[in-house]
Amino acid sequence: MSLLSVKDIKKSYGAIAAVDGVSFTVEPGEILGVIGPNGSGKTTLFNSILGQIKPNSGSVEFDGKNISGLSPLAMSRLGIGRTFQNLQVFGKLTLRDNLIVAAQEFSGSLWGRILAAGDNGVGQRADEMIELFRLEHVANLPAGALSYGQQKLVDIAMAFMPKPRLVLLDEPCAGVNPSLVDGLRDLLLTLNARQGGSFVVIEHNMDFVMKLCHRVVCMVEGRVLAVGTPAEIQANRSVLEAYLGN
Amino acid sequence: MSWSKLHLAALVVGVLALAVAPAFLKTYGLYLLTLWLVYIVAAMGLNLTVGYAGLKSLAHAGFMGIGAYTVAIAMKAGISFWVATPLAVVICFLFGLLIGFPALRVQLHYLGFATLGFNVLLVLFFRNEEWLTGGTFGIQNIKRPELFGWSLNGNAAYFYLVLAVTVIAAAALAFLLRSPWGRAFAALRDNPIRAESTGVNITAYTLMSFAIGAAYAGIAGALFAPLVNFIDPSPFGVGTSLLFLLMVVVGGSGRFYGPVLGSAIALLLPEYLRFAKDWYLAIFGLSVVLMMIYLPGGLLSLKSTLQLAKSKRDAKLKEAAQ
Repeated sequence: MSLLSVKDIKKSYGAIAAVDGVSFTVEPGEILGVIGPNGSGKTTLFNSILGQIKPNSGSVEFDGKNISGLSPLAMSRLGIGRTFQNLQVFGKLTLRDNLIVAAQEFSGSLWGRILAAGDNGVGQRADEMIELFRLEHVANLPAGALSYGQQKLVDIAMAFMPKPRLVLLDEPCAGVNPSLVDGLRDLLLTLNARQGGSFVVIEHNMDFVMKLCHRVVCMVEGRVLAVGTPAEIQANRSVLEAYLGN
Repeated sequence: MSWSKLHLAALVVGVLALAVAPAFLKTYGLYLLTLWLVYIVAAMGLNLTVGYAGLKSLAHAGFMGIGAYTVAIAMKAGISFWVATPLAVVICFLFGLLIGFPALRVQLHYLGFATLGFNVLLVLFFRNEEWLTGGTFGIQNIKRPELFGWSLNGNAAYFYLVLAVTVIAAAALAFLLRSPWGRAFAALRDNPIRAESTGVNITAYTLMSFAIGAAYAGIAGALFAPLVNFIDPSPFGVGTSLLFLLMVVVGGSGRFYGPVLGSAIALLLPEYLRFAKDWYLAIFGLSVVLMMIYLPGGLLSLKSTLQLAKSKRDAKLKEAAQ
């Protein structure tokens, strides 16, 4: 059974169909890329999957269960993590505390957490993540004081802290120094190998997507134009025309 | 000496200084000091709601009123202070939960106005339900309690009770803030959208921050009624709620010792400015305005504000040198 099944999602704004009958699946352990020119409906699709906007029709199933319309909290509890295109860290908390808070709520009860250890047993995991992301030198600084690139890494590390089964990454390369993009790809590959989760990556950086993803969905004007391996997508004439014109 | 040991030592010295203070103070001075401790307890609760969880509340004096009236009414009915106080805390906790629900729908100043409306309703209740609250005549002759047969009627004895409760309330809050709850409150304050997507139950933590904050106001109210011996609706109006907010903001919102400093300034500074006669309130107001302009993070943010200014200056110098 597929981990995630997106079935015939449609979302219109007036006469404009932002997403027009998109379907695809994500298998366990798979890294799926979603690409497309500006205005192709990637972000609308992303927000429809995460329940942040309500599609006109269609459904999203996670592990066989319909998750359409679930709250972000309910999705996180099911094991669905996400990153944000715009920075979304807890600015006054330290980097380490940002990582701890991203995982602390997944064990014990609300009341039990009053009496729990300060880090609720996830401090060690936070330290491992800090080491993996090479952020030791800024671990105890407020996240709001970090550079844009560092905050982007914190945002990504937070999504992986509770060991989610599925992570949706919204333009992880946006605003990241080009010299660090390869390092970011290696980090995601390491996390995929270590944790075994599935990723859905929406990204403009073609090189990044082609080297990271197992499969790629190409969207144009709200529809799926092509699905295939990176090599197949790169060789697909329709995809090239969509990006480069006839 | 490490920072934590220095901190502990300063704390012990501070509490010991307070413990010996009654020996050096006259009646009014001791009353002010006791009232300051009561206000600290109330402001600590508001600091949890406003400073740590990032919500808005202008109903804190109303919650304190619920605590004060509960204790006064219960004691008049022959119920012990030691039973009435936990009852007041539970009632305030439940009202805090209730007023937390609007916070799930509205935010910022809209939430402030929603809570302000609740405070106005409470004052109307205190004023109009004479059969219960005594109306504008209030409730008089509220006795101070006894502890194991030892009367706490004396000013010094009651001061020590309030000091003990303040220390316990502060320790409980410190414990809460060091637990995962403290981090969840901060996450709720810094970025509720992100908090929810990382599994933080923002509904539960929003309600809890209001309920616990209100419970602290309830403790303060329970201590206030026997301190002043007489309560009427006037100390629990919106003006006092604004004063509590001022205490939190001036001291340092979201900083543990902010309410301690803030309530000292809000309560004691006007007293020390009395030499200025009619001008004392104007000087006090102007001091607060200047403080908010130059130290919007409160007095306890002085160090970090200076550090930030220095790093900005250094960055400019570096840029100019390049």
